[in-house]
Amino acid sequence: MIRIRGLHKSFGGLEVLKGIDLAVERGEVVCVIGPSGSGKSTLLRCVNLLEEPTSGSVTVGGAEVTDPDVDIDRVRRRIGMVFQAFNLFPHLTALENLTIAQRRVLRRDKAEAVRIGRDTLRRVGLTDKETAYPAQLSGGQQQRVAIARALAMDPELMLFDEPTSALDPELVGDVLAVMRALADEGMTMLVVTHEMSFAREVADRVVFMDDGVIVEEGRPEQVVAAPRHPRTRAFLTRVLDPAAARVGEVPDTGPKDSRTGP
Amino acid sequence: MAMTRRQRTRAVRTVQYAVLAAVLLAIVLAADWGELRRAFFDAGVARSLLPDILTTALLNTVVYTLLGFGFGLVAGLVLALMRLSQVPPYRWLSVAYIEFFRGVPALLVFIALGFGVPLAFQVALDRYVTVMLALGLVGAAYMAETIRAGIRAVPKGQMEAARSLGMSHGRAMVSIIIPQAFRIVLPPLTNELILLTKDSSLVYLLGLSLDQYELSKFGRDALNQHRSLTPILVAGLCYLLITVPLGQLVRWLEARTAKAR
Repeated sequence: MIRIRGLHKSFGGLEVLKGIDLAVERGEVVCVIGPSGSGKSTLLRCVNLLEEPTSGSVTVGGAEVTDPDVDIDRVRRRIGMVFQAFNLFPHLTALENLTIAQRRVLRRDKAEAVRIGRDTLRRVGLTDKETAYPAQLSGGQQQRVAIARALAMDPELMLFDEPTSALDPELVGDVLAVMRALADEGMTMLVVTHEMSFAREVADRVVFMDDGVIVEEGRPEQVVAAPRHPRTRAFLTRVLDPAAARVGEVPDTGPKDSRTGP
Repeated sequence: MAMTRRQRTRAVRTVQYAVLAAVLLAIVLAADWGELRRAFFDAGVARSLLPDILTTALLNTVVYTLLGFGFGLVAGLVLALMRLSQVPPYRWLSVAYIEFFRGVPALLVFIALGFGVPLAFQVALDRYVTVMLALGLVGAAYMAETIRAGIRAVPKGQMEAARSLGMSHGRAMVSIIIPQAFRIVLPPLTNELILLTKDSSLVYLLGLSLDQYELSKFGRDALNQHRSLTPILVAGLCYLLITVPLGQLVRWLEARTAKAR
């Protein structure tokens, strides 16, 4: 489904991705973990060309995204994306958020778009919220609408960019439940996350990234439970038991800055 | 002698009120109230202005302003999009236009349009078209800057979300970015409307017939006719009839925007 070869990405003089090779098969769920600033989100954003790679190639379902002559809008239709900051359209209701791209991009007629929109809202458990505006919804509800917005386009592949990082802890579960159901239905998913339990239980494969390279990848029970590389081990210790850290003992990479407002 | 904090506050407050009272008193004593009343508050003259000042002059002011605002809004949006274009010549043209029309007095634009266009093209434009062009061309320069600021105030994630759904850049602008930008700039745009209402007083430079008079021209005409300043006062009040409610609208819109954030 996804083939990434020799992917490099620099912002100015800062090299964020230093040669990534990664393949995701159809129906596979791959979780990307790693410290802040390791390049996970940039990698994800290169898959649908929200970031233009500096060099290397990305192919999605046979279409080379990095080819300058590719019809990127056509490729993006097949790739759903879920953002950390939700990025719902605040001037539209939940249902309108789901129908606008169906109508304007896929050219579905209004009745069909609404029918699919309602079905999709039901899948994420928000049947009663179709007339609500994003500002009237909790963070967890907003993120589920955002997932539904992507699903209503019938994507072959879903990208998740830290979908639960902006949520209050008690709201994380609902979003993860939707993602888990999606994985069970066989959706191909590439997920950047800090939720280790999700990675362990749902992922077919876990990729650990640090400093712009893939340090280790494999089955979740291997990477999360029995990491081979010392950097993976250090990271997992910090994530799984943050209270055990001592001042000055481990480098603090700082909180992830949110790139976009809600 | 040292004062307590409370004493000092009271002393400062007293001085401030005393200054205000003294200035007001001086103005009241210096002005010739009888003369003022005769000039500005002639009830007979005021009555003779009705109903024409409302049915003709006020109406014309509103019509001219709305024509100019409508044209200016469309032109301003086009200029704002040009200003944000990837194509450098569009940006240059937009900047040049904005700098020119913002930097030149509207008075000169009106004269140039009123006399220059018929000369250059040997056409007599319809009066309403000329008014729309003149007010719109000036208003567009200001509105373009406002709209551009609004477009840039829409969070970057909105464009990314729209593009990730397969929308083209243009489609995302039309369906997602511009509707949100207009929500953001609604209060400042209403301010532009107030400014334009007052600029519509320059329309007289285009040469108007009696039934085309707007408030200012109507007032000045009546001033000469009655040898009384009362029409100026009435015309002024008529402007306030338009601009004060608009000002309230701006405040209400701003409060609503603040709450939505």
